[in-house]
Amino acid sequence: MTTDAGTLDTFPKLLMHHARVRGARPAIREKDLGIWQTWTWQQYADEVRALACGLAEQGFRRGEHLALVGDNRPRLYAAICAAQCLGGVPVPLYQDAVATEMAFPIQNAEIAFAFAEDQEQVDKLLEILPQCPSLKRIYYDDPRGMRQYTSAQLMSYDKLLEIGRALLSRDPAFIDSQIAKGKATDTAAMFFTSGTTGVPKGVVLTHENLIDRSRAVAEMEALGDHDVVLAFMPPAWIGQNIFSYAQPLVAGYCICCPEAAETVVSDMREVAPTYYFAPPRVFEALLTQVSVRMEDASALKRWLYRSFMAVAKRVGTRILERQPVGPLDRILYHLGDFVIYGPLRNVLGMSKVRIAYTGGEAIGPDLFSFYRSLGINLKQLYGSTETSVFVCVQPDGQVKSDTVGPAVKGVELKFTPQRELLIRSPGLFKEYYKNPQATREAKDAEGWFHTGDAGYVDQDGHVRIIDRAKDVGKLADGTLFAPKYLENKLKFFPYIKEAVAFGDKRSRVCAFINIDMEAVADWAERRNIAFSGYTDLAQQDTVYELVAQCLGQVNADLAREPELANSQIHRFLILHKELEADDGELTRTRKVRRGFIAEKYGSLVEAMYQGRDSVHVEAQVKYEDGRSGTFAAELKIRDVKTFAPAAARRAA
Amino acid sequence: MSGARRIGDVILAVDSVSLAFGGVRALQGVSFDVREHEVRAIIGPNGAGKSSMLNVLNGVYHPQQGKIIFRNLEFRDMNSRQAAKLGIARTFQNIALFKGMTVLDNIMTGRNLKMRCNFLQQALWVGPARREELAHRKAVEEIIDFLEIQHVRKTPVGRLPYGLQKRVELGRALAAEPTVLLLDEPMAGMNLEEKQDMCRFVLDVNDHYGTTIVLIEHDMGVVMDISDRVVVLDYGRKLADGTPDEVRRDQKVIDAYLGVAH
Repeated sequence: MTTDAGTLDTFPKLLMHHARVRGARPAIREKDLGIWQTWTWQQYADEVRALACGLAEQGFRRGEHLALVGDNRPRLYAAICAAQCLGGVPVPLYQDAVATEMAFPIQNAEIAFAFAEDQEQVDKLLEILPQCPSLKRIYYDDPRGMRQYTSAQLMSYDKLLEIGRALLSRDPAFIDSQIAKGKATDTAAMFFTSGTTGVPKGVVLTHENLIDRSRAVAEMEALGDHDVVLAFMPPAWIGQNIFSYAQPLVAGYCICCPEAAETVVSDMREVAPTYYFAPPRVFEALLTQVSVRMEDASALKRWLYRSFMAVAKRVGTRILERQPVGPLDRILYHLGDFVIYGPLRNVLGMSKVRIAYTGGEAIGPDLFSFYRSLGINLKQLYGSTETSVFVCVQPDGQVKSDTVGPAVKGVELKFTPQRELLIRSPGLFKEYYKNPQATREAKDAEGWFHTGDAGYVDQDGHVRIIDRAKDVGKLADGTLFAPKYLENKLKFFPYIKEAVAFGDKRSRVCAFINIDMEAVADWAERRNIAFSGYTDLAQQDTVYELVAQCLGQVNADLAREPELANSQIHRFLILHKELEADDGELTRTRKVRRGFIAEKYGSLVEAMYQGRDSVHVEAQVKYEDGRSGTFAAELKIRDVKTFAPAAARRAA
Repeated sequence: MSGARRIGDVILAVDSVSLAFGGVRALQGVSFDVREHEVRAIIGPNGAGKSSMLNVLNGVYHPQQGKIIFRNLEFRDMNSRQAAKLGIARTFQNIALFKGMTVLDNIMTGRNLKMRCNFLQQALWVGPARREELAHRKAVEEIIDFLEIQHVRKTPVGRLPYGLQKRVELGRALAAEPTVLLLDEPMAGMNLEEKQDMCRFVLDVNDHYGTTIVLIEHDMGVVMDISDRVVVLDYGRKLADGTPDEVRRDQKVIDAYLGVAH
């Protein structure tokens, strides 16, 4: 860094710094009308300054909140920074949330200013306007379809920019003085946590929090302005925000915004990012796609894939970690790299990935080693919104599939007797917005944050997370029951999309399964099995057999681990519908809300434990257009083969 | 919502048009008009003469009697090329795309009449041909963006699901920058979600480009939702003409169409 990092203590100051030292380097790219358009750091800074002036003219004051609803777009990030220039607080909201979900944050923070990407988002904001009288101004980016809108609250982004430019030419020093007023301890942003239970909470993070954590990992991984990131997760997710807003401003790297949600895969191939972060489900989805396409390939290609993937599984990870490998295996791996791994990395858009992270929830060990064996440096990290993400990160050469790595510089860890992980870090959030009680519960008087995750530190100093502290239960016989561990094992099968395991205080474990429509439909088509839709396919006997086989394999694995042998899954049913965030069954980050599901489908759970062969279900369904209806079905329940611990050991 | 659109004067009218194939009288003295910027629906049971009417407007069929008035010009009949040059574009009931070509190329074919350079210039890709191609590509990309089909830009049309193919066909018609767009059953064979998407695109086209839209549709719900005025045909005759509400209440329509069919 050419300037003392100490004086660059807010994001707007960092932006102006980059505009000075690397003004002509790319800051944000966006694919528009089929062509990648670039904003340099200078253009980014100019846009932000003009926009901030526009907001100031509109009466946006220091400490005021700006709600942002939209996908990853340069203008959305410019709006975030513009609010921060004026000492305001950006509040990104999930762009796929339904209107009623947006009402709470807006009411909670009495938000007056909002930025909406397009007509769809404007419609949602207008819909909740009666419940949110505080909302005075809505700025929209894309004017398409907006001409007939007459609401007094609406103004286009372009108009706002125009107002701002007028002020900028009248009084160029104004915005610089505003930026200079910013302090490290000012609130930089507020993120509403999806929360697997209860109402969302606004997590208040300061510039200091976010910059400190971003900088610690940028230094650890030597991130610089040669790095490239593709921004494809919701900007309201802290992970995406760190990777596409905070860290680029600290390290000076370039972010790329895909053309549309459906083009992410091909955009990724074009951009070839060097730094990549995605939650495990994205890696799962990619692997499912690869598996499905390999099934369709010719016999020769399938044979090559299988043979070389076996080689990769044996030695790939060791080669990535520069450990000694036999000469024959080394030759085979390099041949495989030429024939399979290289092309596959290219298809995944990961040819140039230097560092890939996954986090947000536990990743299946097989899934994890699949990517590493291909030569992709995938590592795990641990953190949450409250900790500005980075708590633990696996350094190169110390990667293990079952841990999340040692603490990042600056973080202190300790455990309660109940194995709950406590954290103290410069990245720790200031408070939950207007919720001192929740703040006190999460952060104690000495500044320790209670993560709610259960785990321990292994002999190498790596943290191992088993499950959510409140989810870890005991079977009736007192042995450990870690539902998420089981679910992750199940989800590694391409045919299983989601799983929900039950067993706390019960004699044995049962599970709900959601099949992966894409993979199972493909499987069924190849076997000439006719079906009309998800519900029909899910209830086919052959599909039950397929799933039962997968569960059987998991049971065989579990039987080999003494402390988990009792967690073998005895019975299961395939749900009649896919679990949906719109129905409250998943969080917006697609984590299973186990308690809610257990309550909603209580009768199905009981039916499994009563030993019945089928259960009648009648359900309310919400369609995407907001209407709802009911439908009824008869769900089958099947037993799974289980293994005695000793027998499994012999078989292995 | 329709009140907010600036509906103008009559842009297209048919006056006592009759069309017969041998002894089959497909249209018998049908007259109606279409105003600028409106969404005009033609409905009727199977065999009522809806597609024939569209084919007359488009110059595929030549009526034996009557005349067509387009922008104050009178025509005895139209031919397709003339219709296209005047700014009338259409889509087909059974998708008529080039299955082996990509979405991009298919939409590019809609720019056919707007290309000025000759074959030699295009083959050599000299200055004007190159500038022209870039300008057309930009127009096509704007349509791709408008219809939200960026993810299949380079995919051969034959590999796309039906609903997307319909959207590509709409895109190709739009590429001609028409003043009047004729849509032959744009929602036929679609599921609910695809229909809603298509409705949104039709209304967006109407609003964004100001295109006048004449559509044939089977789905009564769709017609009543998005049309400004509806003309009802039955056995080649005009049965009713008016706003969706007027048509819905018309006893003759109920008897001939709604009442009997359902």
